[in-house]
Amino acid sequence: MGLGDGGGMGNLAIEARGLVKRFDGALAVDGVDLAVPEGAIYGVLGPNGAGKTTTLRMLLGIIDPDKGERRVLGRADPQEIASQIGYLPEERGLYPSMKAFEAIAFMGALRGLPLAEGRRRGRDLLETNGLGYAADRQIRQLSKGMAQQVQLLGTLVHSPRLVVLDEPFAGLDAINQGKLERLIRDLAAAGTTVIFSTHVISHAERLCDNVAIIAGGKVPYAGSVDAARDRIRPQVRLETRHRDGPWRSALPAAARLEGNFWQFPLPESGVEPLLRALIEGDAGILSLSIERAGLHDAFVAIAGEAAAQALEAEREVAS
Amino acid sequence: MSAERLPLLKAAYVVARRDFVAILFSRAFFFFLLGPLFPIAVFALAGSIGQRVDSATASPQLGVAMQASDVDAILGAQERLRGSLGPAIPEMTVLVRLAEGETYDPNEVLARREGNLAAVLTGTLSSPELTVTEGWAWWSGPVGVLAAEAQDASRAYPTVRTVTVATSGASEHRARLRTAQAGQLLLFLLTMLLAGMVLSNLVEEKANKVIEILAAAIPMDAVFLGKLFAMLAISLVGITVWATVIGGLIGLSGFESLSSGAVDLSNLPAPGVGWPGFVLLGIAYFAMGYLLLGSIFLAVGSLASTVREVQTLSMPVTMMQVLLFFFASMAISETGKPIEWAAMAFPLSSPFAMLARAAQHGSLWPHALALAWQFVWVFLFIRLGAALFRKRVMKSGPQGVRRKRKLAALALAPFAKRT
Repeated sequence: MGLGDGGGMGNLAIEARGLVKRFDGALAVDGVDLAVPEGAIYGVLGPNGAGKTTTLRMLLGIIDPDKGERRVLGRADPQEIASQIGYLPEERGLYPSMKAFEAIAFMGALRGLPLAEGRRRGRDLLETNGLGYAADRQIRQLSKGMAQQVQLLGTLVHSPRLVVLDEPFAGLDAINQGKLERLIRDLAAAGTTVIFSTHVISHAERLCDNVAIIAGGKVPYAGSVDAARDRIRPQVRLETRHRDGPWRSALPAAARLEGNFWQFPLPESGVEPLLRALIEGDAGILSLSIERAGLHDAFVAIAGEAAAQALEAEREVAS
Repeated sequence: MSAERLPLLKAAYVVARRDFVAILFSRAFFFFLLGPLFPIAVFALAGSIGQRVDSATASPQLGVAMQASDVDAILGAQERLRGSLGPAIPEMTVLVRLAEGETYDPNEVLARREGNLAAVLTGTLSSPELTVTEGWAWWSGPVGVLAAEAQDASRAYPTVRTVTVATSGASEHRARLRTAQAGQLLLFLLTMLLAGMVLSNLVEEKANKVIEILAAAIPMDAVFLGKLFAMLAISLVGITVWATVIGGLIGLSGFESLSSGAVDLSNLPAPGVGWPGFVLLGIAYFAMGYLLLGSIFLAVGSLASTVREVQTLSMPVTMMQVLLFFFASMAISETGKPIEWAAMAFPLSSPFAMLARAAQHGSLWPHALALAWQFVWVFLFIRLGAALFRKRVMKSGPQGVRRKRKLAALALAPFAKRT
């Protein structure tokens, strides 16, 4: 089955199959498959060097894959529909001598927006995002965070159907990260498809319907955040009055005592047989909670502890 | 707004408009305007302009063909007046010391144009005759002063009978060579200056990280075209400024006074294709030469990420261009020979060689052919340069990928084992 045949996945904004990219013999991306539904917020999650940026660049047509197929907004060549795409690269870049509203207008002009309309929208966007006072300032006069926001507005000025953001939260303070999260949700609510890469799991967990976990140039998991979390059995957290007794035999072998709490994965048979055994065995239940696994746990399970530690280390460096 | 993407030329226009405005209002444009002064000053100081065309740029001389006593007297007068009148006194060379009753034909020696004669002084001190080539009639004044001084400083200046002769065929040829060489030099300086500027502009863009935004939105060919044509437009503005300034100065003070009498435009023979044609072809060949070299420099720019790398990588291209300039210069005096054909056919030397040809020969069809030929190469260079740029500019680079991979390898070891 070729790309675009549907495959029962509904309308896809992006569909990629078996993307491979080598740089002078070094394998950067190794057989990446992606399916991004229209109107979704999609996260590409992985540590530095995993192949996130190269994958996004291939999806945008900035570079061509050595192997594999891609289809973006229904086109095999993404550059054919460049005016419907907005792209914020990982390495932010603006002309230092340009005024903020001109920079936004220029980015719109590259995507086919008439310059005069781009200037008008540039001023409006700056105003509505609290940067109206900086509209006539040169980019070199803005702080790094402000310049980053200007570039983001330039990415959106032509009202694209698909927005691709490469590490959009990098370099933003907590307040602006929150603003960006709201902006992404607003875009999706308006029907825009948003795909972004990140090494911060919490952003992906809060925002995304679907994620692709990418590591070592491969995608070991691509699908809904819920399905990723469901890969790990929910964790049971149990506190009892008695330390020992016949009820202990009801606990799974993996159960471990941490302080006053027993922790173990929810047994396959469910919680009812366990509860019955605890009550009949006179455990004296003080508390019992069942916690669903987070995306971090899913990431650890899918990509490995070391990859998760790398993500954590990068997050700390970035913050 | 278009639902797809900007057409190539429109996308190139967006890039060109941005670059044009940005450069025009930058300090770089000011230095660009001043730029031609520096190499011209260096060439002038080194005295190397026109050396290949032997005596073309040596000081024009006044030949003296008078009776021996008059010759000695006028040389003595020249010696005495040199201190007070300086360069207003012409350089003199004795052609012949005539015997009593002997005559001399100044037209014949001027027609031969041996040496660097601009005029010949005959007759006597009291009745000097000056036979001049076009543009040197003003020497009648200094000659009158010399003749008076040679006789007796207290006497009135004698009337100098001046006869102007048409420039000889030989001198016309030599003057056209001079025009050809000057045209080539100007072309070379401008193309080198501009190609260097367009390269710096591109590297600056890479340093600003804007290039990825451009590459994601429009074809790389459009980026190349836009940058090249923006700089071409800038150069045309620069040329217009220069032409206006020079034209204004000429209009205000006259060319002779502007050049201290050393150059007289009216003495320059028209180039083979005529002045209007020469100027138009000069602009066309300048555009082609710049586009050819600029596209190579842009391709070089794709290999470099820092100014230092650019300097290193552009050095061989610059040296190659200097060699091609000398190659085309050699071809000036080898009309119709294989070296001229080779210079005209090789794309990078073709604009220089063809401009020289325009100075020397009148036929226009070779220029139409050459411009078409050069255009084909411009197209190929831009396509190849853009392809190379696209291939190289958006990758992390082998070292980058390997370095990232090495760092990631430790972190991803468990996953790697599973897969």
